[in-house]
Amino acid sequence: MDMYIQPEYEVVRREDRCIACRVCERQCANLVHSFDPETGKMQADDSKCVNCHRCVCLCPTHALKIVKSDDTYRQNANWDGQTINEVYKQANAGGVLLSSMGNPKPFPVFWDKMLVNASQVTNPPIDPLREPMETQLYLGKRTVKIERDERGRIKNTLPPQLKLSAPIMFSAMSYGSISYNAHEALARAAEELGIYYNTGEGGLHKDFYKYGKNTIVQVASGRFGVFKDYLETAAAIEIKMGQGAKPGIGGHLPGAKISADVSETRMIPEGVDAISPAPHHDIYSIEDLRQLVYSLKEATEYKKPVIVKIAAVHNVAAIASGIARSGADIIAIDGYRGGTGAAPTRIRDNVGIPVELALAEVDARLREEGIRDEVSIVVGGSVRSSADVVKAIALGADACYIGTAALLALGCHLCRTCHEGKCNWGIATQRPDLVKRLNPDIGYKRLVNLVTAWNHEIQEMMGGMGINSVEALRGNRLMLRGIGLTDTELRILGIKYAGESL
Amino acid sequence: MLLKEGQFRNPSGCAVTGVIDRSGKSMSGEGMIEAISVMHDRSNGLGGGFAGYGIYPHYKDFYAFHLFYDGNTARADTEKFLTRHFEIVYSSEIQTRKIPSVKDEPLIFRYFLAPLPQKLANSHLDEREYVARCVNRVNAGIEGAYVFSCGKDMGIFKGVGYPEDIGRFYRLEEYEGYAWTCHGRYPTNTPGWWGGAHPFGLLDFSVVHNGEISSYDANRRYIEMFGYKCTLQTDTEVITYIIDYLVRKQGLSLEETAHVIAASFWRTIREKEEETREQETLLRRMFPSLLVTGPFSIILGFTGGLMALNDRLKLRSVVCAEKGDKCYIASEESAIRRIEPDLDRVFSPAGGEPVIFKLYDQQGGRA
Amino acid sequence: MKRIYVNEKWCLGCHLCEYECAFAATGLSDMAKALKGKRIAPKIRVEDCGDIHFAVNCRHCKDALCVKSCISGALSKGEDGVVRIDRDKCVGCLTCVLVCPYGAIMPAPDGHAAQKCQLCTDNTCGVPNCVAHCPNNAIVFEER
Repeated sequence: MDMYIQPEYEVVRREDRCIACRVCERQCANLVHSFDPETGKMQADDSKCVNCHRCVCLCPTHALKIVKSDDTYRQNANWDGQTINEVYKQANAGGVLLSSMGNPKPFPVFWDKMLVNASQVTNPPIDPLREPMETQLYLGKRTVKIERDERGRIKNTLPPQLKLSAPIMFSAMSYGSISYNAHEALARAAEELGIYYNTGEGGLHKDFYKYGKNTIVQVASGRFGVFKDYLETAAAIEIKMGQGAKPGIGGHLPGAKISADVSETRMIPEGVDAISPAPHHDIYSIEDLRQLVYSLKEATEYKKPVIVKIAAVHNVAAIASGIARSGADIIAIDGYRGGTGAAPTRIRDNVGIPVELALAEVDARLREEGIRDEVSIVVGGSVRSSADVVKAIALGADACYIGTAALLALGCHLCRTCHEGKCNWGIATQRPDLVKRLNPDIGYKRLVNLVTAWNHEIQEMMGGMGINSVEALRGNRLMLRGIGLTDTELRILGIKYAGESL
Repeated sequence: MLLKEGQFRNPSGCAVTGVIDRSGKSMSGEGMIEAISVMHDRSNGLGGGFAGYGIYPHYKDFYAFHLFYDGNTARADTEKFLTRHFEIVYSSEIQTRKIPSVKDEPLIFRYFLAPLPQKLANSHLDEREYVARCVNRVNAGIEGAYVFSCGKDMGIFKGVGYPEDIGRFYRLEEYEGYAWTCHGRYPTNTPGWWGGAHPFGLLDFSVVHNGEISSYDANRRYIEMFGYKCTLQTDTEVITYIIDYLVRKQGLSLEETAHVIAASFWRTIREKEEETREQETLLRRMFPSLLVTGPFSIILGFTGGLMALNDRLKLRSVVCAEKGDKCYIASEESAIRRIEPDLDRVFSPAGGEPVIFKLYDQQGGRA
Repeated sequence: MKRIYVNEKWCLGCHLCEYECAFAATGLSDMAKALKGKRIAPKIRVEDCGDIHFAVNCRHCKDALCVKSCISGALSKGEDGVVRIDRDKCVGCLTCVLVCPYGAIMPAPDGHAAQKCQLCTDNTCGVPNCVAHCPNNAIVFEER
């Protein structure tokens, strides 16, 4: 341990409640807790604590809490403790700082600066308990020319689409970055819910081929685990061009997480860091992307929609316009608050833009160009609640990807140390003793509960607006009002300020 | 200063009614005036209007433009524009009658027009699209001029006031048509602009609408991709554009259009027999952003018929009736009974179920 | 009948079940008060060997050897299938401890009688407390 860096958190144990059952000791992969046989008491090494709350949650007598250490450097508004510590760490180790999960910095959250409308008097709210309230939708291209058969019936000339029971999907999280059990929970939940989960760039474990019809498989710059069966099993194929947490760089899976099973699934050597290239080396321009899109369609006989996932960056609207003309069926936009299993800290915290603004720009641009029907838009990168989903759809999204929220449902406590591979909750780890802590029977049920609950809430809010289909909410920006936003922000979001009437 | 219609969004409650004689026999606008006057309380004096079909038999091959002008400058500019694009077959001020309660009327003119063949050919547009674009250019580009009716052998008459007063103002008892629709408006704002009254028309389509749709901005932002500009910001306007897009540009039938606008719920579709299920599912998958939610009852007038359509939850009343060749549609049964007490059949169409009454002669010709 | 089953695949070896078992037996409402400073004598025991953990308690065997071997008639199998021990009849010979093939009966801490899991029918928990508090659903109470 670096002598310069003091523990960030302290383990506080109430002696009057601790019965020395040693559950905390057995459950901490960071080896914070230990039993002192001489005193018969538990003790803790704060310097190892990552504040994952596993011990706090499992302590049967609620004797534990973790508090932020009040040890502090001399107060300095410019050089805060975190910044100073990072300098110490780099001075000590000479490396790039690594972090996990989404950008934690206090940037504005635009979801929280938008308010949703409700109907009254001139237009009745609709009660979802008594009337149908539709959240089912299809993702994909909708550009059609009406053609009729000899009997005058409209022919099905639609390109392949994905049918969703709710406007929510689980975003890309690879096997490797998360555990087998986490993947199983996501796959089973997606199947039960009638939605989709996403393999990320880690390939698809052979046990999970049976969930293929609810699986989106990813083709990323490293091409890990990509082969014929993988593409054929899936419901859709996602080309990952960028990730919100780390725009401009490829994936990074530490060697410690590459177990035999992960190595087989990814088709890469065991125990060696898996670092995807920053670009796809066959895509240096938009016309190259078009070739990959059509290669994948060709390989799967035009039976599956192709998604192109991009990070929200400054010229996202122009990029999206290019993608919409590239043959892709769906664009996934990932905001700068999106999670990751490992990213360079500086990139995670400083690169990219908020997904709310990116979405508003992309949706507006595609409509201006008359090509909104060429693609569906899926957004992720910190969609935290059903209210965020409703606002995203009203801004113009077809559906949302949730990653962090799904992991929270599985027990994640956002300690942001996934890259260390010692996840005490059995999620971001490949250590068998830790992986088994996530029982997918429990996990999948919790995911189903989460999405079901959100879906109910979406229905409630839609009903309040007098809208009984999620399709009539899409892009319905009059249903939103801004609060605490500048004129520029309102212009970009394409919404009015709270209090401005229709 | 009060904002004009189109500078803000103005939802309104309303009364609607319509009548058609399927044999093509003509009737005067008087019946409509009678019917709508029963529903006086559904309007608030801030807008009323009528659409009549088959009213210009002598000019039936020409586009009948009705225009409001704020003054003679707007008129001169417009006529200059019209001359450049059309052959003006006939033009005159529309004859009106002074009614004490109808105030601040603009100049109201009527033109019968035929597109200049050379201009039309050069535009590479279908004739109707050419006309629609010209109308757009007048409405968007000439300050103080507004085309409020532009179909063939049909006309819209509207203004600020109670509908029965507007009807008498326009002397509708002197017009004879095979079908009429009428609208009394209850806006929740006071625009006082004649162009904002209803019916709203585009070519021979006219729409009267009662309701406030909750899908407005989703529909507007979608339909504007296809060259429409929702300048009035009214539900009626966007619904008219949707119908025009689906019927005229996509070639859907009226029934199919109804299954897009007021689509059956997925669970209802699931229970339908296979062929219907497939077709309705396809329509929903093809045009999801044209689903209209929230309460509405509309009467669509078109050459040769009328269509009544309710939102899929039937959040607004609409009653249909038949008596011999005549068919009636109204917000309230009382309005129908007023003009035809002895009816063969009265029914209330279900939400999302279109009721289409057409001339026996489908071409829209007169019997 | 519904029995307690342990799924080794999901047993984490956290030993919470042991404490929950001991707590259930006290009848108290606060675990800290009930167990603070005490040595616990649970009727469920987690056996650990490296990464393998397995909680063991009474199977309530159909043809229970303990019942057959009891010299004082203290052990009996009820109509509900639960094997119970009557502490008043138990003479503390511990024959049952010897014959149980699972090691699921053990001397009670007072040494005067044997003790065993009675599926929390002898306390106010309702459902077996080890099952209710297993954090990973490794211990289940079900009909098989």
